[in-house]
Amino acid sequence: MTELIKLTAAELAEKIHSREVSAEEVTRAHLDRIAQVDDFVHAFLHVNADGAVEAARAVDARLAAGDAPVSPLAGVPLALKDVMTTVDMPTTCGSRTLEGWRPPYDATVTRRLREAGVPILGKTNMDEFAMGSSTENSAFGPSHNPWDHARIPGGSGGGSSASVAAFEAPLAIGTDTGGSIRQPGAVTGTVGVKPTYGGVSRYGLVAFSSSLDQAGPCTRTVLDAALLHEVIAGHDPMDSTSIDAPVPPVVAAARQGLTGDLTGVKVGVVKEFGGDGYQPGVLRSFEAAVEQLRALGAEVVEVSCPHFTYALPAYYLIAPSECSSNLARFDAMRYGLRVGDDGGHSAEEVMSLTREAGFGAEVKRRIMLGTYALSSGYYDAYYGSAQKVRTLITRDFEAAFERVDVLVSPTTPTTAFKIGERVDDPMAMYLADLCTIPSNLAGNAAMSVPSGLSDEDGLPVGLQIMAPALADDRLYRVGAAYEAARDAAAGGSLVHKVPELEVTK
Amino acid sequence: MPNISRDEVAHLAKLARLAVTDEELDVFAGQLDQILDAVAKVGEVAGQDIPPTSHAVPLTNVFRADEVRPSLSQQQALSGAPAAEEGRFRVPRILGEE
Amino acid sequence: MTRTADLMDYAEVVERYDPVLGLEVHVELSTNTKMFCGCENRFGGEPNTHVCPTCLGLPGALPVVNGKAVESAIRIGLALNCEIASWCRFARKNYFYPDMPKNFQTSQYDEPIAFNGFLDLTLDDGEVVRVEIERAHMEEDTGKSLHVGGATGRIHGAEHSLLDYNRAGVPLIEIVTKPITGTGARAPEVARAYVTALRDLLRALDVSDVRMDQGSLRCDANVSLMPKGTTEFGTRTETKNVNSLRSVERAVRYEMTRQAALLADGRSITQETRHFQEADGTTSPGRTKETAEDYRYFPEPDLVPIAPSREWVDELRGTMPEMPWERRKRIQAEWQLSDAELRDLVNAGAVEVIAATVDAGAPSAEARGWWVSYLTQQANKQGVELAELPITPAQVARVIALVAEGSLTNKLAREVVDGVLAGEGEPDEVVEKRGLKVVSDDSALYAAVDEALAAQPDVAEKIRGGKVQAAGAIVGAVMKATKGQADAKRVRELVLERVGS
Ligand SMILES: [Mg+2]
Ligand SMILES: [Zn+2]
Repeated sequence: MTELIKLTAAELAEKIHSREVSAEEVTRAHLDRIAQVDDFVHAFLHVNADGAVEAARAVDARLAAGDAPVSPLAGVPLALKDVMTTVDMPTTCGSRTLEGWRPPYDATVTRRLREAGVPILGKTNMDEFAMGSSTENSAFGPSHNPWDHARIPGGSGGGSSASVAAFEAPLAIGTDTGGSIRQPGAVTGTVGVKPTYGGVSRYGLVAFSSSLDQAGPCTRTVLDAALLHEVIAGHDPMDSTSIDAPVPPVVAAARQGLTGDLTGVKVGVVKEFGGDGYQPGVLRSFEAAVEQLRALGAEVVEVSCPHFTYALPAYYLIAPSECSSNLARFDAMRYGLRVGDDGGHSAEEVMSLTREAGFGAEVKRRIMLGTYALSSGYYDAYYGSAQKVRTLITRDFEAAFERVDVLVSPTTPTTAFKIGERVDDPMAMYLADLCTIPSNLAGNAAMSVPSGLSDEDGLPVGLQIMAPALADDRLYRVGAAYEAARDAAAGGSLVHKVPELEVTK
Repeated sequence: MPNISRDEVAHLAKLARLAVTDEELDVFAGQLDQILDAVAKVGEVAGQDIPPTSHAVPLTNVFRADEVRPSLSQQQALSGAPAAEEGRFRVPRILGEE
Repeated sequence: MTRTADLMDYAEVVERYDPVLGLEVHVELSTNTKMFCGCENRFGGEPNTHVCPTCLGLPGALPVVNGKAVESAIRIGLALNCEIASWCRFARKNYFYPDMPKNFQTSQYDEPIAFNGFLDLTLDDGEVVRVEIERAHMEEDTGKSLHVGGATGRIHGAEHSLLDYNRAGVPLIEIVTKPITGTGARAPEVARAYVTALRDLLRALDVSDVRMDQGSLRCDANVSLMPKGTTEFGTRTETKNVNSLRSVERAVRYEMTRQAALLADGRSITQETRHFQEADGTTSPGRTKETAEDYRYFPEPDLVPIAPSREWVDELRGTMPEMPWERRKRIQAEWQLSDAELRDLVNAGAVEVIAATVDAGAPSAEARGWWVSYLTQQANKQGVELAELPITPAQVARVIALVAEGSLTNKLAREVVDGVLAGEGEPDEVVEKRGLKVVSDDSALYAAVDEALAAQPDVAEKIRGGKVQAAGAIVGAVMKATKGQADAKRVRELVLERVGS
């Protein structure tokens, strides 16, 4: 592999903007890498070679004309989760239902990326409609973890995390409803950030659970995540839940963190996330990370968030309920798959036949679960109670953030599990998001930053950092400081320990 | 909390417009029962005095000015249609009320 | 299979049963744009041209509330004497139907923006009835389906359907009454008076076109009966498809006679949706609701709550127009009408249109003349209400102005009105297209007069001899020759001038 793909996005931007390399060269290097390894990784559902090269050339042309770069990431290519609409590429959400669907509009995130001169390499694989923690629920086959081909790269955004870990892209976009950015980040040794809910526009993000979904960056370094965060975040009048306030100064915070001093920062360790059910190697890695933070000058205290243990059950009521409604539109009438339109079947029958054929088992399971939870006789016991738990979890966060600046926990209880291991056991699969879900329910910001490799299986572990709503910058300060200290202690960048991948000649 | 029966699952599938197979019914009934059993835990702490949270952002009154924005062209609107005719989406006969 | 129900004589119905009414009215707001997107809110148009990702329900698209629609909803609430919610949310009403792009309707459920109001109606004989308003809430309209194949163009027997979403997402206000009891034999009349009063109110607020014929005002009538002396409501039916004021009255009356016959027969009423047949004034069953539909309502996560401030509501209260009943009082004084005269105008549905015509610049006598005579005839001919005629008060005022300036004779003016009613455009366009201008060019008239005099020398001689009344024959001939486009008075002057008398 060429040296270019090993660089961070920040380094690539510097080289492109100083015209040491062209954006086109950078994009082509990544397209070449995709051609070489993606049969093996299967991070992409669609590769947009021509479009990406064209966008890169446009950046080069502007720079050649003496114009300033349109954004700090102009010319640095990116992989886009296939849940964001794109006019020039299909948007499938990993579902048969939308196979080949070409939206007539761009998502706001897509538009912002284009406006920032970021070439879009293609669309990444995902669990169908973002429901899952492994990408095994993709209708188009699972993605593989670059650290171990037999293991999952996390989910739902496993394609995005795998593409970044496999050096197919320096940057990717994920979406996080219950952990779908952070959990894949944790199991692939990459950085993943779920911004404050409302920080990044959801317009054009195909909804799974509207009150939880949030798009964010997937990268190999904290600074790269900050740079991407600033490109995609900000108020959007097309999204009523978008926050009309300045984007937190995340790039400045990351740069501050890189100076390596956390004196005065109070870190709370969530007492409820640990113990039984957690892989010992994950806990050891987490404890070492906490020590590292202490060594950087942070004050570490234990904090109890007693209702966090109710987050998982609340999530598995709220998300399925909202998805049962959001996915009702896939009815074979206006777009997408249509099955059984043979003149004999009515519209109603064609809807049912199509939805049966177009959706995978996990999607059907959640639609039925949500339909049940919203039914008039059960609403109060299920959906209504889950929304109350949401209040309790928000209060836990508020109480905690009165005492500390950030909270930390392992991102996920285990390292990457084997493909196939949990497919027939939904409850076991759901446990992967145990620690990430509270921040979705409360809407605050959270990040996963790699905390090295588990000593028992050599697989990446994630440190989760959580900050109050609109204080996303704290994640970046703490995350960047920790990352620098971790690499210094290990004598090199973690992600460069990814094994060499099988290459398609 | 109640055990969910196979018939109930069949009813849910009908409400959700999913033409599930008999085999799926068996699998889903077992799984949904297990999941519902686990999530019913929310009832333990959801007291009467706790207000529900429907939105994660504390926003109100987000309005748009009543100004026309460009629409899609008819061709764009119909571009994803499984079938179209005379500028309209063509769908199988609609049963039900008139 | 629908067995035509026997009907009970109406007098017997009201002797044995007390009717209970519940009226649900859907009003399409006349905002520039739709409820949740910037697509144009316009009737008709090429199919699927006023659509965008949001109102087509495309994956990923999101709604944003039209502030003007909320304002209209609050103003309607205030006009109906409602309380305005200090905090409310939209909800999703989930059910599958192909003309609903998201397969849920974004509506309001247990938190309507306006609730607990009333509307006072005056019946034909002057009796005032108060109808209590349960709620007025915001929601969105559906698309329209066209059923192709089969003999009738209706759903049954159709081979396939064609969907147009131009109307999908148009802002609707649904206004629901509390049960209306104690109206006895006058129930059908009350139903009609309620919809009429609501329509006049909405027109005064200038929030909707309120055209029942075009569907911008739609009424569903819930009717049930309870045996005299009992207080427990009977099973109700909900009649839809009632698209004129007259139909509202007929539908209620029909349901009363139908239900009474069933009950008297010892049979029960099926709770169901029924459809009104304009042609014969009957209702027929639609979908049977065996169990109440489970709509699985939940708060719309894509839209944040609406919390109208006191200041905003007070500001909107300040924009309340003169209410129709206040207007009537003022008009009675200004036009010097007796109570009976006013009531006749009210009952003819003419007050508002006349007043609007006066507001558009016409003298009140002329405005009344047009609406109570010629236009009333046209409305009767078409079987519609005066206000439903496809002519606006402003257009009538323009016709009156054209007559006053001498550009039209009364006869020509009626032709212009006919043209407007036929959809030929504005009065001036009709004049232009049909060539209806009064021939006021004297040289052309002189020629016609000379020709007529030459053709009837004997008549010309008589006039010259002082028999001025003989001029009528010449005037008639000139009018005939100019196809009625000359001003007869002017022709007469010219005739007399030509013969030098
Ligand atoms: Mg409604
Ligand atoms: Zn629209």
